Amino acid sequence: MTAPARTPADAPPAPGEVLLRAEGLAVHFPQRGGPPVRAVDGVDLEVRRGETLGLVGESGCGKSTLGLALLRLVEPTAGRIELDGTDVTALGRRELRGLRRRVAMVFQDPYASLDPRQTIGRIVAEPLEVHGLAPGRAARRARVDELLAMVGLDPSFRDRRPHELSGGQRQRVGVARALAGEPELIVCDEPISSLDVSIQAQVLNLLVRLQRELGLTYLFVAHDLAAVQHVSDRVAVMYLGRIVEVGDTARVTGDPAHPYTRALLSAVPVPDPPAERVRRRIVLSGDVPSPAAPPSGCRFRTRCPDAFEPCPHVDPALADLGGGHRAACHLHGVVGTPVDEAGAALLDDPA
Amino acid sequence: MAAEPVLAVDDLRVTIATRRGPARVVNGVSWAVAPGETLAVVGESGSGKSVSVLSLLGLVPRPPATVTGRATFQGQDLVALPEEALRKVRGPGIAMVFQDPMTSLNPVLTVGRQLTEGMEVHLGLDRRAATERAAELLDLVGIPSPRERLASYPHHLSGGMRQRVMIAVALSCEPAVLIADEATTALDVTIQAQIVELIAELQRELGMAVVWITHDLGVVAGIADRVAVMYAGRIVEEGAVDDLYADPRHPYTRGLLASLPVLGDRARGGEGRHPADLAVIPGLPPDPVHLPPGCPFHPRCPVRADERCATEEPPLRPVPGARGPAPHRVATFYDLPPEDRR
Repeated sequence: MTAPARTPADAPPAPGEVLLRAEGLAVHFPQRGGPPVRAVDGVDLEVRRGETLGLVGESGCGKSTLGLALLRLVEPTAGRIELDGTDVTALGRRELRGLRRRVAMVFQDPYASLDPRQTIGRIVAEPLEVHGLAPGRAARRARVDELLAMVGLDPSFRDRRPHELSGGQRQRVGVARALAGEPELIVCDEPISSLDVSIQAQVLNLLVRLQRELGLTYLFVAHDLAAVQHVSDRVAVMYLGRIVEVGDTARVTGDPAHPYTRALLSAVPVPDPPAERVRRRIVLSGDVPSPAAPPSGCRFRTRCPDAFEPCPHVDPALADLGGGHRAACHLHGVVGTPVDEAGAALLDDPA
Repeated sequence: MAAEPVLAVDDLRVTIATRRGPARVVNGVSWAVAPGETLAVVGESGSGKSVSVLSLLGLVPRPPATVTGRATFQGQDLVALPEEALRKVRGPGIAMVFQDPMTSLNPVLTVGRQLTEGMEVHLGLDRRAATERAAELLDLVGIPSPRERLASYPHHLSGGMRQRVMIAVALSCEPAVLIADEATTALDVTIQAQIVELIAELQRELGMAVVWITHDLGVVAGIADRVAVMYAGRIVEEGAVDDLYADPRHPYTRGLLASLPVLGDRARGGEGRHPADLAVIPGLPPDPVHLPPGCPFHPRCPVRADERCATEEPPLRPVPGARGPAPHRVATFYDLPPEDRR
């Protein structure tokens, strides 16, 4: 409503250096008496320094597991993660502590992620102790007050416990704790979805302000496309363990290249009754297939309104459509890994 | 509203005894819904939107709750009805779909049994006819191989399927009114779109009245005929969906709509390359045990244009120029200048 006018100096983000890179990342969970659940199944992803990369997808697509795997809070079963050029997939226990200082996490449910028996002061001080920051009681206390102030909480919150706080205040504590280790990258996993509508905007504004002030990089994992679009420079769309589309926010939300992204965007209700009445929704049929037995070829083909001949036979590659916009869909050319002989014959450019 | 209302709620009040004192959860709510019409009751958690509807069906235990007011349904006052009689209303008269299908479906009964039980009791069908109808209903709500699904248990089904089963159960007794309490909140947007479409289709077919209770102003825009916005147990604004969204007149409604990031709006354009701040409503909703005097929104209100805001409860009254049998109404002492959001 009160958006200040854009000044000519407001340039779109320069393509920054890569802070975090995942290559062929997979997280498979073994299942008793059955094939493993392929929660994350071959993900290539780059997060650039200073940007917000939105990661969207529906429940069960693997987006939260991917976020956890980047911090090695769940162990990847294959692939490689680099932070600033250093391979973190091979780090030992002691070195992992350094990783978790540089990459922090804000969780969805501030009710579940804060220890109910601890005071807010203890919760925020814990990462300081773990990482040996602000040594000494007085210094630590001053730093806790500073962190609370950064997230808009009065120092008096130090002596309260989580149950005395509202949902929005608890999420602020979760953010203060994430900031304690002075991270470069924060993985925000559904940070506003458990909050009331009028509180969501407060927390989104806080995250944006902190990024501006501290030069943070965010991976913003959420199912709420409107919120993701608001905060993100780039967006990655995930379906059944794979990234199916990634690119600048304006490109992905304004001119989506993957039929799944199109369906997802068309399903988001907009608070505008006349627009809602004339809108054509792409209603997908059926449910998401089990990640233990994904369909052959393109994983979206069983629900895709545009599926055609090569889709069951060729696993589509995330192909560049120009300007860093990438999509894994044969509508833009049949490229990828054939799953059978029929697939090999269908490739656009059989090498 | 053209037709006679099928359900009319008048001055409903619900107070719940707590250790900290009486919590005034619903404070004088009135609305009505006609056959074929969709009313959306919108509010945040603690606004009283769910309790106001649950209490109509005797689903809020008394005590600790005290319920006063009237709710007229088919010539009876639901608030005064004993449990025995209410049981006959729930299902065939007014059916409900809840947010979490796992808590409202019985985990130890098959899907088929949960569908046939109500039909045998309320519609007097025999087992065979009820089973036949149950399969039809599953088909109607878009469940593949409905006949085989009758033997499934709820845990065999995905979240979207369970929600559809619950809708089938709710529809099994052909209710006059369907109440959907955050029925799609836990679902993904693509499944939500399926469920919303499904309920609208069934409504056209069966002529049900539908009451959607939700916090999601986006969903409401696409499905409601009329909207009532609740805050601290009261309706602070109501009207036809177009009027209310195009020209919201209550500072709370305006604040809520302004705080939503909207898909398609290029909201970026703040400082440097960062997005502009979203508008926020400062503070928190009031504690129902300690409601502020005056307008319940006044402690958070950016307007407060009348000295009575802090001392008197503003009554719901038509906005200037409002017409028709269900005019746009707002609970303020003053008139905000019109705001064209289009």
